[in-house]
Amino acid sequence: MSTSTTLEAPNSGTWDGGNEPMKASYGKLMMWFFLLSDAFTFGAFLIVYGLARHAHMPYTGEPEAFTFSTEWWPIPEKVFNAFPGFHGVDLPLAFVALMTMILILSSVTMVLAVEAGHRMDKNDVQKWLLWTILFGATFLGCQAWEWAHFITGTDEGMLLADGTRVFGANLTVNQYGPPLFADLFFFITGFHGTHVFTGWILLLIAFISTVNGVYQKRGHYEMVEKIGLYWHFVDLVWVFVFTFFYLI
Amino acid sequence: MAHHTENDFHQTGEIPKPQTKAIWKTFGILVALTALEFLIAFTMDAGTARNAIFIILTLFKAFYIVAEFMHLKHETKSLIWSIIIPLALVVWLMVALLAEGSYYYESITNYFK
Repeated sequence: MSTSTTLEAPNSGTWDGGNEPMKASYGKLMMWFFLLSDAFTFGAFLIVYGLARHAHMPYTGEPEAFTFSTEWWPIPEKVFNAFPGFHGVDLPLAFVALMTMILILSSVTMVLAVEAGHRMDKNDVQKWLLWTILFGATFLGCQAWEWAHFITGTDEGMLLADGTRVFGANLTVNQYGPPLFADLFFFITGFHGTHVFTGWILLLIAFISTVNGVYQKRGHYEMVEKIGLYWHFVDLVWVFVFTFFYLI
Repeated sequence: MAHHTENDFHQTGEIPKPQTKAIWKTFGILVALTALEFLIAFTMDAGTARNAIFIILTLFKAFYIVAEFMHLKHETKSLIWSIIIPLALVVWLMVALLAEGSYYYESITNYFK
């Protein structure tokens, strides 16, 4: 009895939890609706971003002559043009391109882990989860660098009317443009980064459980599938953040 | 041959071969769309047309992530709709508030003129 309790077949009666609405298990269904509510939160952030951006003056001059000013919203290509190890070199959006590729790759390795779970292939699940953890950690590291650079600022900074210069960014003043620009950068990418970090912890737990054979004993790898849903959602959010924050 | 139920806890026999063709195909599409976005970012002048292309490409990418990676395409119709309808309402709100943002901008700039 004591050893078999966790291995018992799930209740099969309609009122015992045996009935699966929409042919998805309770856990998967709840993960979907959680993600929906999370999409509302990120949607709200993007709505605020759009509103703030439209409420500010756009830059109308030649892109080559662009300078940072609180008068207008900055061009993203001119803000995000740094790459680790290439100090002072203008590489517009190169680093964020790398980050996007890393996150898409991690999504692929995640879906490969889920696929391996369907086949009850413990070794493959371990392998692909480990790749996902590696790419996730790389992405978080990249974001930490991006933040550090954004906060520290460029060599030139922004020249103010009284002759002083502002370097880098914080919540009240930044060298790139209106204060709201830096605020929204911190909130949107920070909230996304928190999600990535949470997912990364979940992946670590799933990896340890897989190695210990928990899911193999349970008879299915649904936990990997649910964490996979969350991880893909994080990737999905990044796709939108990337478009609205870095491209447009 | 022994009959295996769904709750058979002991894996017996061969592990099936991986079926990863569709996954790598989706990955290829996502990479191609992202590369295209970068190409457009550096070759096209900023404006409404370019932004529209970016948003359309983003929606394509979102479709492939949700439909294939998150497997929503292969769920039941009721689950698909219960996710899509609320999201469509948020998109509506987003578009409405963008229009509102431009109106707000117009009003304050004209007010201070």
